[in-house]
Amino acid sequence: MSDLYQALIVERHKHPRHAGRPAQFDAEGEGANPICGDKVHVYLRRPGMDVHYEAEGCAILSASADLMADAVAGKTAEQVAQLSRDFETLLATGQENPALGGLNALAGLAAYSSRIRCATLPWSALAEALHHV
Amino acid sequence: MSATLRSFDVAAIREDFPILKRQVHGKPLVFLDSAASAQKPRAVIDAMCHVMEAQYANVHRGLHYMSEKTSDAFEAVRDKVAEFINAASRDEIVFTRNATESINLVAYTWGRAVLRPGDAVAVSQMEHHANLVPWQMLRDAHGTELRIIKITDAGEIDFDSLEQVFADGKVKLLAVTQMSNVLGSYTPVERLAKFAHERGAKILVDGCQAIVHRHVDVQAIGADFYAFSGHKLYGPTGIGVLYGKRELLEAMPPFMGGGEMIGHVTYEKSTWAKPPFRFEAGTPAIIETIGLGAAIDYVRGIGFEAIAAHEHELTEHALATLGNIEGVNIIGHAQDRGGVISFTMRHAHPHDIATLLDRQGIAVRAGHHCAEPLMGRMGVTGTARASFGMYTTPEEIDALAKGLLRIKQVFA
Repeated sequence: MSDLYQALIVERHKHPRHAGRPAQFDAEGEGANPICGDKVHVYLRRPGMDVHYEAEGCAILSASADLMADAVAGKTAEQVAQLSRDFETLLATGQENPALGGLNALAGLAAYSSRIRCATLPWSALAEALHHV
Repeated sequence: MSATLRSFDVAAIREDFPILKRQVHGKPLVFLDSAASAQKPRAVIDAMCHVMEAQYANVHRGLHYMSEKTSDAFEAVRDKVAEFINAASRDEIVFTRNATESINLVAYTWGRAVLRPGDAVAVSQMEHHANLVPWQMLRDAHGTELRIIKITDAGEIDFDSLEQVFADGKVKLLAVTQMSNVLGSYTPVERLAKFAHERGAKILVDGCQAIVHRHVDVQAIGADFYAFSGHKLYGPTGIGVLYGKRELLEAMPPFMGGGEMIGHVTYEKSTWAKPPFRFEAGTPAIIETIGLGAAIDYVRGIGFEAIAAHEHELTEHALATLGNIEGVNIIGHAQDRGGVISFTMRHAHPHDIATLLDRQGIAVRAGHHCAEPLMGRMGVTGTARASFGMYTTPEEIDALAKGLLRIKQVFA
């Protein structure tokens, strides 16, 4: 039962480090899944790729958003794009990648194609925010 | 366990469903998603294989042995369905793809031919999208009005709201479910039919959920139209039924054009076959229809009295067991309800519940259950849903409860 909901996922869902709307930000983006009603709003502060978010949905969504904020901190837009591609590969194959750090906790989703969108939603929202910078 | 449950041999019934022996993630399958689609007994599987192996050709066309035999088997199912729901005539049974198609058929044909712009269709707040969206489409294309009848917090039809919706005499059709696929509530369809008829309206009953659990008599109900799907009734996918009173079907134009539904065709124009064939364009789902016949035989062999008693005990057991778990909130508590139980759980999103139960071999559905507006009405964004069939056991409900307790620990 714990292979998918690893301790790190549950921990970040319960005690997120980057949740909440910051007082100031430079760009924002939204991801929504009409099928399940999940929503995530990402706030971006530049420079430094400082990401915060507000999530309304399942544990996979909020943990993925929180771990994404960890992973992208201090990265360039190009590096974020590469991480996003690596993350999608992780979800497609289940093969862990050292470059992804804590995001590897979501590798188990590879067996749950119906839930992959929960994990990628914050990344679409971040891509939208970066587009607006 | 009571005498009722003992006399109903659920172990023997489970033997009839090959899939129930399967394991999922190394655990015995606990299938609690029958309201979405039920599993199939061996009798249905065998009947369908038999058609393909021994007795198959297109129906109503060939003048050869195989076609005659297949046509006979196919048409025998129409008689079987008519008897099953107590239709006055076999000509009142139209084969469709599923209940969704049955309702769309009525909206497109009866809706456009009989309803005038300004007439209203009334549906309840707890309809499946299949009994809401077709009426929205009719409204937008044809200028009819769509009115929504409120339900109570318990999940029952609000008769004050019903009175209000009908007050100005514009409602010409009441389209209503016989059992909510989310709340498990049965609706008093006999009373609703009487109510509609006294006000000059017709009634269409979405029987998709109810027909699996209760004996349905369309004449006793007073239904003008009754729709259901084969696949929830332990039959195959791809076959559904529309019952319509003969005089209504006779006055309706065709739904789709093609073979089978015609009387006479020239390059210039065509005439239509009589019902039910007028509404069955093209080669029908022959194998699936014969599968539906086997499913009806199977269900009648067990008997609705025994099925209903078994499922009533299961539902009572589930309501008590799940209701005892701190943090679990059951959505809807109608007086007359069946084995469809929606719930939410504190700190756990319905999709997390479904995924974590799946890891334990337990299949439930999560989300809005094709009743998105109802979610808003009940004040939730989605629910997890456990639904029962004749093969469900009290032990499976205990497994669900145990699974929920484990999830609670994960998110505690």
